[in-house]
Amino acid sequence: MASFDPRVQEAWARLPEYLGAHVALSTSALALGLALSIPLALISVRAPRLRWLLLTAASVIQTIPSLALLALFYPLLLALSLVAKAAFGAQFSALGFLPSLLALALYSMLPILRNTVTGLVGVDDAVKEAALGVGMTPKQSLYRVELPLALPVIMAGVRTASVWVIGTATLSTPVGQTSLGNYIFTGLQTQNWVFVVFGCVAAALLALAVDQLLALFERLIVKRERKKLAAAGAGALVLLLAVGGLSEFAGSGAGYVVGAKGFPEQYVLAALLSQRLNAAGLSAVTRSDLGSAVIFNALVGGDVDAYVDYSGTIWTNTMHRTDTPKRDVVLKEMTDWLKQNYRVKVLGTLGFENAYVLAMRRDRAAALGIRSLDDLAASAPRLAVGGDYEIFGRPEWRALREAYGLSFRQERAMQPTFMYKAVVDGEVDLITAFSSDGEIAEYDLLTLPDPKQAIPPYDAVLLIAPKRSEDARLTGVLQPLIGRIPIERMREANLLVTGGPNQVPPEEAARRLWAAISK
Amino acid sequence: MEAQPLAIEIIEAWKSYGNGSGFALKGVSLHVETGEFLALVGTSGSGKTTLLKLVNRLAEPTRGRVLVGGADVSQGDPIELRRRIGYVFQGVGLFPHMTVAENIGVTLTLLGWNETAIEKRVAELLELVRLPQAIAPRLPASLSGGQAQRVGVARALAASPRLMLMDEPFGAVDPITRDALSRDYRALHDALKLTTVLVTHDVMEAVILADRIAVLDEGRLVQEGTPQELLAAPKEAYVKELMAMPRRQAERVRSLQGGARS
Repeated sequence: MASFDPRVQEAWARLPEYLGAHVALSTSALALGLALSIPLALISVRAPRLRWLLLTAASVIQTIPSLALLALFYPLLLALSLVAKAAFGAQFSALGFLPSLLALALYSMLPILRNTVTGLVGVDDAVKEAALGVGMTPKQSLYRVELPLALPVIMAGVRTASVWVIGTATLSTPVGQTSLGNYIFTGLQTQNWVFVVFGCVAAALLALAVDQLLALFERLIVKRERKKLAAAGAGALVLLLAVGGLSEFAGSGAGYVVGAKGFPEQYVLAALLSQRLNAAGLSAVTRSDLGSAVIFNALVGGDVDAYVDYSGTIWTNTMHRTDTPKRDVVLKEMTDWLKQNYRVKVLGTLGFENAYVLAMRRDRAAALGIRSLDDLAASAPRLAVGGDYEIFGRPEWRALREAYGLSFRQERAMQPTFMYKAVVDGEVDLITAFSSDGEIAEYDLLTLPDPKQAIPPYDAVLLIAPKRSEDARLTGVLQPLIGRIPIERMREANLLVTGGPNQVPPEEAARRLWAAISK
Repeated sequence: MEAQPLAIEIIEAWKSYGNGSGFALKGVSLHVETGEFLALVGTSGSGKTTLLKLVNRLAEPTRGRVLVGGADVSQGDPIELRRRIGYVFQGVGLFPHMTVAENIGVTLTLLGWNETAIEKRVAELLELVRLPQAIAPRLPASLSGGQAQRVGVARALAASPRLMLMDEPFGAVDPITRDALSRDYRALHDALKLTTVLVTHDVMEAVILADRIAVLDEGRLVQEGTPQELLAAPKEAYVKELMAMPRRQAERVRSLQGGARS
């Protein structure tokens, strides 16, 4: 019965790609973690000071939130990639697999290091002396006696690491690595709880399966069933390559990469761009849920060929401008600046704006006598405002507060999905909504006008990567979208994806959007 | 035996572990004849285990020299030295993750013997220490104390050493098993023409098994000689007290036997 739910079918359809990429990533990370940790542990067993240093470093890494660790590797690798380009003329992709691999491998090191050291140090001194006494060299003692005896403790560490890595790998989605996290991030954004649960269950089952596989290996090693161990190892390897290959197969022959940030409108627009390219006979894949800072760098670096950004975001976050001139001026200066500094091509605006707006319930606004931002200052100290994770740290927010003299009782960051519920239920008094969100109309919220123009304009602009700026086929296919999407159509499409009784996947919403605007 | 006489000579050996606990050995000189069975006797902390370890370089003397077969051990390779000296450890020291057969054959594996030769030699050794062949594939944890001790002896004998060092080898088993073990070992010592140095705190065992006894007290060699010499003429109060114990036990047994007859 459940399989008739289109969301379940959709989830199953994506499983080969997501699971394959997840398995390929986590096993590579675990292998790298092992390859680094075991030799370090062996060296440090006989050097207490080095041991202390290594374990402390590994513990410190462990305390960095995993999402931040993953995100930090992107700019680091990007810089390295540019150095490599300058030095050898060859560049590597700093997006996706590599930063995820390095961060996860580092993350896996603590349990492996600690357990290997603990296991080796814990081997009975009498047994170690016996090893020397029967004529073993220190190396023979290590391989024939100490390591085998420490194996259960070492394997416990490896198993802990594998469960951590498989779980944490779901967080590699925002740095552009496809994983089971794609279900979770997309599901959270589009209120597709089937996806969220599917992703969590799949990751948990994978972790359990790998844990059991490692337990089997351990049993076979201890019993020294060499043939069975070899068979199990070969079987696991074949399975691994097959599952890891699923994702290669699913994404094979991709010509263009269309990027999307992690919210519904971006999913719809990326799907629309991909569909237009496919319709013109060009192959294209979408990389969703990229972080705001990651996606622009990915475009510059050539890991993403095209994506939709917003003029105000580029203006404040990339150009670091604090003034807010008129809309046309922002667009013109931004276009020139991107071309000069990054050779990024602005193909044009799509025709709608997705600006930050403050929104509140009409009855609440009426009770407080608030009609625009000008009226807000007096009541603000008694009000709580909700916003997405970025807004309260962004320069626009500071500009807004200064322009209107706003000081709120509380600023609560939350998942955008939950923002509307929060304001409708009265948990917060107002929210920093996006002007193209479908929920504004759905819940009949009042958006407060910004008479002082403290917030810059946020026209949706289509950006093309430097290496594709002269690609006539690409620009030719995408050109018809310029100026074509009115705000009402975008809101409809967004609402289709984010919920309500008739929820559809972003791809379907994109098809309907195209049908509506191409008439 | 005459071709390569393996006797031990320890000259003025001092040993400090360098942790402020003073000297474990204070100028001990000792000589072991080829084919001799020597027992090192003393209370715990007397330095007898340290003295034993100097011979195969599990411990190095702080001062003094150790000769094995006439050659200074500090001039050679310690690994090679240990492979040609049998060592039976206090608390047995079997490798818990290896089978009985692998434990016995471990030194042979290190010496690069092939599998068939090792298998054959392990079978011989099991026979030699009077253990059933069926025990070969088992793990040490499944053995009784006496069986484990015999495996320890077999492992030490594997590479046909001429010299055996034994550190409390028959401790931690019941008296009957202990008696059987020690008599079996003495028979092996004679049959294989071994030279044996046995560390024990049990004077009775030393008196029964050894050709000669060396008594250590607080890192000093206080007296050495045959059991008869030590019983008849103890040089110090410590030795006298030590030797009084087997004498008392023997007298008590004799008086009980006498009492039973009358």
